Amino acid sequence: MAEAALAGDGAAIAALPPARRFATTRRLFGHRLFVTGLILFGAMLFLALAAEWIAPHNPMRMQFRARFRPPGEAFLFGTDNFGRDIFSRLCFGARLSLGIGFAVVLATGIAGTAIGLAAGYFRRLDEWLMRVMDALMAFPAVMLALAIAAALGPSAANAVIALSAVYIPRTARIVRATVLVVREMDYVQAARAFGGRDHWIILRHILPNSLAPLIVQLTFIFAYAVLAESILSFLGVGPPPPTPTWGNMIAEGKDYIREAWWIAMFPGLAICLTVLGLNLLGDGLRDVLDPRLKVQQG
Amino acid sequence: MWWYAARRIAASVPVLLLVTLISFSMMHLVPGDPAAAIAGAGATNAEIEAIRTQLGLDQPFLVQLGHWYGGLLRGDLGRSILLNRPVWQAIVERLPITLPLALFALLLTLAIGIPAGIIAALRANTWVDQAVTGLALLGVSVPSFWLALMLIILFGVHLEWLPTGGFVPFSEDPAAWARTMVLPSISLALLQIGLLARITRGTMLEVLRQDYVRTARAKGLPGWMVIGKHALKNVMVPVVTVIGISFGLLLSGSIVIETVYGMPGIGRLIANAIFGRDYPVIQGGLLLTGTMLVLLNLAVDLLYAVIDPRVRYG
Repeated sequence: MAEAALAGDGAAIAALPPARRFATTRRLFGHRLFVTGLILFGAMLFLALAAEWIAPHNPMRMQFRARFRPPGEAFLFGTDNFGRDIFSRLCFGARLSLGIGFAVVLATGIAGTAIGLAAGYFRRLDEWLMRVMDALMAFPAVMLALAIAAALGPSAANAVIALSAVYIPRTARIVRATVLVVREMDYVQAARAFGGRDHWIILRHILPNSLAPLIVQLTFIFAYAVLAESILSFLGVGPPPPTPTWGNMIAEGKDYIREAWWIAMFPGLAICLTVLGLNLLGDGLRDVLDPRLKVQQG
Repeated sequence: MWWYAARRIAASVPVLLLVTLISFSMMHLVPGDPAAAIAGAGATNAEIEAIRTQLGLDQPFLVQLGHWYGGLLRGDLGRSILLNRPVWQAIVERLPITLPLALFALLLTLAIGIPAGIIAALRANTWVDQAVTGLALLGVSVPSFWLALMLIILFGVHLEWLPTGGFVPFSEDPAAWARTMVLPSISLALLQIGLLARITRGTMLEVLRQDYVRTARAKGLPGWMVIGKHALKNVMVPVVTVIGISFGLLLSGSIVIETVYGMPGIGRLIANAIFGRDYPVIQGGLLLTGTMLVLLNLAVDLLYAVIDPRVRYG
């Protein structure tokens, strides 16, 4: 047990018999809301990944004779002002909207963790790093993302940069807070007493034991990023039309809500289901992995 | 107390400086030539040069920075390119539209979010709790601009109960003014209601588990007194923090909501600036909101220290 304590919890869990190692997984699948979220998000992910095979039409093909068709047999969710099939656009839109969300989660996870670890572990960096993070967090998230995206120009890559700049400080702060607790643990003190190098202590002890709140936070950030990306697209600073993103589709449908409500309605429903799914996943993960964490701010 | 206040104020100074610096640097994030980007495609060289001179982009970076801080000290946020008037003036003119909208939304948030969260916590794990939690989760998952469009379809186009958008000044027709405010404030408030209900419920559940609540119950105080006197007071602390966050959410929310409802407020001003690459307005908007939120957070923290001695020594 002494070795296990020295190596940190990660190794301790690996050393457990299989029945206990999978206890967390089993508890997650026993969590009704988590499973609901998994199904919702899984369905949207399936739409995104299998868009080529599911979409009945070419998402970009305009059929002027088939403009403004209401939902029906020929077009499941109807057609838009250019006669494009909304269901097909929705599938390909899922690919872009979820793709941007995932890229933001990845960038935020890496940069936020690095900054949070540095600030929490090397106390001399803390003051400076956190003041910069505080300043970035002083602006409302969506407003700062809009401003950065407007400056960089409308594209998917710039949307990822803008959203990452907004969510990295929020992640860094969470990681830092966890590191501040973990670094005082006995096993970290022991590793230091044995002459462990900083980078080894960070990678082997601090990081694995700071993961739970990070995973919960990143799930919520995925949800915020999908919501915020739709706002960027809606205001014309996301990937430019005719590229189908859910926000673009709602922006195009906005001018026709009197005659053709379906253009704006279905992509919005897709956003709701995705974000709801991710929020449920986040709530479930928090309940199981880290019950002390509270609902995080947007 | 004074020591705590001094430390807290000193910590905000670098943050405020960074906020002004980040707002300033927005113009320099523009790839290539900002003057050409603002002038748009098809602008002549003379037009681009005129914009360059007007914005001072032909001067060295440090001179521009000095100019920016000099302007800030005089309360000058620069001139809007699209509107050709001072940014400060453009924002102040639109305050009478955005302020009531934000206040209505905040009122709805407090009136619904807090009671819903408290009731859910008191009836934890019953159908009431599940209904509130479910609705709150839905509230934080719906994009506000889409909800705004759906409300227009339902109440504006189909039922014809409320106007589909636009704005009537209060001085012209108070009843019509109130009617134009209903749908926008609901659309703006929904996210906050969900957020506040979730946080109030979580905090309340935690407080109800505390020893002092058990003691209050044990000594035979009636239920309403336990809740009202002991629990609520402690629930208010995190709730006030959320209200501070709400201001930021309301302001950024008004960007889309005012666009959807065609209300000529500050949100619409910023949305148009984003559409039209009117960087001085974007910079000014960022700077004012950022500064306001830093000061608001500072005020909330100092207020806590006055009310709750635990904060001062924490």
